[in-house]
Amino acid sequence: MHLIDHEPVQLLTPDGVRVAHPEYSYAGDDSDIRLLYRDLVLVRRIDTEATALQRHGELGLWAPLRGQEAAQVGSGRALLPQDFAFPTYREHGVAWCRGVDPIAMLPMFRGSALSGWAPEEYRLAVPSIVIGAQTLHATGYAMGLTLDGQVGHQDPDRDAATIAYFGDGATSQGDVNEAFVWAAVFEAPVVFFCQNNQWAISAPASRQTTVPLAQRAAGFGFPGIRVDGNDVLACQAVTAAALHTARDGGGPTLIEACTYRMGAHTTSDDPTRYRDAEELAAWEAKDPLTRVRTYLEAVGTPPTFFDDLDREAELLGERLREGCKALPEPDLATLFDQVYAGGSPELAEQRRTYEGYRGSFEESAS
Amino acid sequence: MTTMSLAKGVNAGLRSAMEHDDRVLVMGEDIGRLGGVFRVTDGLQKDFGPARVIDTPLAESAIVGTAIGLAMRGFRPVVEIQFDGFVYPAYDQIVSQLARMHLRSGGVTTLPIVIRIPFGGGIGAVEHHSESPEAQFVMTAGLKVVTCSDPGNAYAMIQQAIACDDPVIFFEPKRRYWDTADVDLSAEPQPLFASQVVRSGTDVTVLAYGPTVRTCLDAAEAGALDGLELEVIDLRTLSPLDLDPVFASVRKTGRAVVVHEAARTLGVGAEVAARVSEECFFSLEAPVLRVTGYDLPYPPSRVEDDFLPDLDRVLDGVDRVLEG
Ligand SMILES: Cc1ncc(C[n+]2csc(CCOP(=O)(O)OP(=O)(O)O)c2C)c(N)n1
Repeated sequence: MHLIDHEPVQLLTPDGVRVAHPEYSYAGDDSDIRLLYRDLVLVRRIDTEATALQRHGELGLWAPLRGQEAAQVGSGRALLPQDFAFPTYREHGVAWCRGVDPIAMLPMFRGSALSGWAPEEYRLAVPSIVIGAQTLHATGYAMGLTLDGQVGHQDPDRDAATIAYFGDGATSQGDVNEAFVWAAVFEAPVVFFCQNNQWAISAPASRQTTVPLAQRAAGFGFPGIRVDGNDVLACQAVTAAALHTARDGGGPTLIEACTYRMGAHTTSDDPTRYRDAEELAAWEAKDPLTRVRTYLEAVGTPPTFFDDLDREAELLGERLREGCKALPEPDLATLFDQVYAGGSPELAEQRRTYEGYRGSFEESAS
Repeated sequence: MTTMSLAKGVNAGLRSAMEHDDRVLVMGEDIGRLGGVFRVTDGLQKDFGPARVIDTPLAESAIVGTAIGLAMRGFRPVVEIQFDGFVYPAYDQIVSQLARMHLRSGGVTTLPIVIRIPFGGGIGAVEHHSESPEAQFVMTAGLKVVTCSDPGNAYAMIQQAIACDDPVIFFEPKRRYWDTADVDLSAEPQPLFASQVVRSGTDVTVLAYGPTVRTCLDAAEAGALDGLELEVIDLRTLSPLDLDPVFASVRKTGRAVVVHEAARTLGVGAEVAARVSEECFFSLEAPVLRVTGYDLPYPPSRVEDDFLPDLDRVLDGVDRVLEG
């Protein structure tokens, strides 16, 4: 009873061999692929470094993306500057592609701020921790793009779309299904990018669906497509095509990127309680970085390229370590002023009470 | 006597309820194989099987909505909401369906559902993992709302909540999950919907529930060093409130402070203060004071200690009520 092609779109095999697909192709050349590889390596480095920072007590929590670099970099690099992305807590690779300084990815995990960047600056919403909520925001923003006449001019500098990131677990939420309905009936220029990393904490994808997730799109009235989520070229090509359709006025697409969360759900999680080592080993053989490196070496990329990249990653790691420790400490007093755009006399009063109380300690200390 | 943590107390209570009544089901996200993110349901799926200990898809509205259907079919579902901040997708099912079915059915349909919610802050978590939404359920007619505060009452109260024929929102103070105590599993528990004097004193009545009970007991301990005798009452039941012991205490002390992590405005403290004023007006030496979280969304964890009522803030409240 399967209504769609199970075989995910693949353009680069785990062995690093480029393969043709009847519908999709990667538009760049080898130097573009080197840039993608640089993204993959640096994003993995951010992730490794942040995981270590959590272990050293510098972060309260981290949600590792290890294994999902290709899905995030491929889709992230398919975005144009005028597009707007709606991430979850795990989309560090997307944030990287949007130009967010990796240090700004840390405050929410360090507990020094609720987020690290201004959404408009990078055209990247602050990460949604509440599962699925952001898919509706992406849909509404996309409806706004249509209302503002930014869709369907075949003008790559003007037309825009949104992309909503979410996981396999999120597809069970009402919000996500409602977003599908709205996007369909309003033909909203939104791409739903589901990273099926096979697990929602301890729940396997089979607890959320009995059919390929991409197949769900058909029931809502728009195309769904599966892509090898560990193949950065395929992720880039498929997302670029879906975004193009959206910007062009062709409505939403659901992309299911089949990938794997190689690490723990978060640094608080112990995946050995619910999944087998063999499964992890099988996915390690499909690592999203290895295949690109194999390909690049095969086409004669000089070893110095990889050495330089290693050094760049080292420096990035160092910067992140230092930047994390240097993050400003939050001050509860400032929060009272940020709750409302128009302020609130009651909160102003509570701020004074709080500061007075805090001041009483400083007095008694001096 | 058995030494156990609060998490283990709930676990043992769930186990006992499942053993005594095979219509009791446990459902929620990650509660089976993983045993819950706080391990409160650890081992239950192994012992009672996946048909009674159900790992659900990720959808809170569906967790509560299907529990309602299961209850109509005669089951007694105990559902877990993974964190306080994730109960809101289920809010409609709780407020518009669960709370009203008994009335809507002309008093015929009972929905003996327990919704377990780890609540409160103090664990250094990211956003949405430290909320105190209890007032939003207390103000909803048709729901009973209780909070445990130590391993012993956790063990007893969860069983009593499951035995209750009304829906019960069962709040568990997550930062106290790892606190341990000696529990007498065979002790006769006090009734579920009863508050409890947990420390006697004559100077000020301090009212707490959930995580702030420990805070207030510590404050009373510290106050005693300065010759202050605080009477600490664990409210335990927030809906219905059991305030007779509170009124009796306030008539003795003449002063009351209510302590909770939730925001001040329309918090449980507001209701308690109003009722104490109504009932004990002529005994009061000072207005009832509230020591609470501020009217802010829960702040980033590195300043949560400034947000949460701690020992110093409780004693500051006590000082102020003594001056007043
Ligand atoms: C509404 C809501 N319910 C529960 C949670 C707790 N929670 C955080 S992540 C998660 C699993 C999410 O799985 P998935 O959507 O597959 O994304 P992944 O974490 O695998 O990237 C859960 C249950 C939450 N954050 N929000």
